[in-house]
Amino acid sequence: MNKYYKQLIDPIFNNNPIALQILGICSALAVTSKLQTAIVMALAVSLVTAFSNFSVSLIRKHIPASIRILVEMTIIASLVIIADQVIKAYAFDVSKQLSVYTGLIITNCIVMGRAEAYALQNPPVASFIDGLGNGMGYSFILLVVGFIRELIGSGKLLGYTILPLNTDGGWYNPNGLFLLAPSAFLLIGLIIWTMRTLKPEQIEED
Amino acid sequence: MSADSTKKTLIVAISLCLVCSVLVSSAAVALNSIQEKNKRLDKIKNILVAGGLYEENTDVQEVYKEKVKGVLIELETGKVVPEDQYNEKLNVENFNISDMSDDSEYGASVEEGDGLPGIKSRPKYMPVYEVVDNGEVEKYIFPVFGKGLWSTLYGFLALESNLETVSAITFYEHGETPGLGGEIDNPKWKALWQGKKVYDDDHRVKIAVIKGKVDPSNPNKDFLIDGLSGATLTTRGVDNLVRYWLGQNGYGVFIDNVREGNHNE
Repeated sequence: MNKYYKQLIDPIFNNNPIALQILGICSALAVTSKLQTAIVMALAVSLVTAFSNFSVSLIRKHIPASIRILVEMTIIASLVIIADQVIKAYAFDVSKQLSVYTGLIITNCIVMGRAEAYALQNPPVASFIDGLGNGMGYSFILLVVGFIRELIGSGKLLGYTILPLNTDGGWYNPNGLFLLAPSAFLLIGLIIWTMRTLKPEQIEED
Repeated sequence: MSADSTKKTLIVAISLCLVCSVLVSSAAVALNSIQEKNKRLDKIKNILVAGGLYEENTDVQEVYKEKVKGVLIELETGKVVPEDQYNEKLNVENFNISDMSDDSEYGASVEEGDGLPGIKSRPKYMPVYEVVDNGEVEKYIFPVFGKGLWSTLYGFLALESNLETVSAITFYEHGETPGLGGEIDNPKWKALWQGKKVYDDDHRVKIAVIKGKVDPSNPNKDFLIDGLSGATLTTRGVDNLVRYWLGQNGYGVFIDNVREGNHNE
């Protein structure tokens, strides 16, 4: 049990896919202008990574080396389409905001990376936990960035007003930069800096 | 059998594809009805947005029933189709633009020079939504569509009751690049359309979306709308579709008829 727990928690702070491995940056910039889209995206990526890891691991002994990547891609693509369909059915407004980015989970390096690096060599349950853990690491960054961007950029959280805007008679003058993609770059940079200051072993030697 | 033999490779590839296709198609089929319902509600919501009637947390279907009247018009003659001629395909409630465009009876082909590049056919009939208040039509909401860069843009263009002034534009379905062409959803850009003039003195379409910003000293500035930066082709698509649908191949005949008061005969 202890092993699984470590596997689940490790990717959040010690081996974060975004902050340490610098994977999955594209969607982290695109879907974090609001907390709501960030949450849906985080859930989708976590579940897709977990289940793709699980499925790849389940058939790992039967996957021919020559079509290994194709097999992984097919599994991931199918899972992403299913996730996309579910989001379209149960969170239509969010699906419109996520637009192409749900489909682009297919190309998220975290999903493919975990299938290649872990699921091919390890049993299904451990792979599932590994996928979930890495998904949570991704989610953690997405939620932090989404939280800061929505709060500073539009004075809201999940659509509810936290800082009343001066355009609506409040006092807060929103910072529009935080609604644009570059702000996520700055925030992720700051998160990486903070993490590496707290855990100096993450600093790469050059 | 070794996992790397040709036979095994083929077996794995084929069975994987079968399993995945069954999963994907069952998800698509099972969720289809919910997705269709969402799309319908979203369309109604967009009609209300175009008509300036939308408020958050209200029942869109209620408001729609109360304030909006949908009529079906024949584009060529510009006349309203009487309700007793409605049938399963030809009605306002379930009007499906892409199905009707391809329909052998209700579709018409769009020629290359007609001004709607990338679109091969359109319905012969189109719904028009009237925002009615105390029996008076306040606004006309016209469904419009045309090609952008990647996708067909579907939206609504609302004109004031004088049929000269734009009230609003909104797109409810498109697949343009987020941040570039996708900015057709940007409220700031959409707000630029309000109050723009459509026709010149001879009732010819004059409104246009230009590349770049409109010069405030331009004498035609009331007819021009800023293009989207970084999205030249989407901008051109919007320009084409607006001019097409307001012109004689689109709603132009109907609009002329309304102006003369004989669209119902």
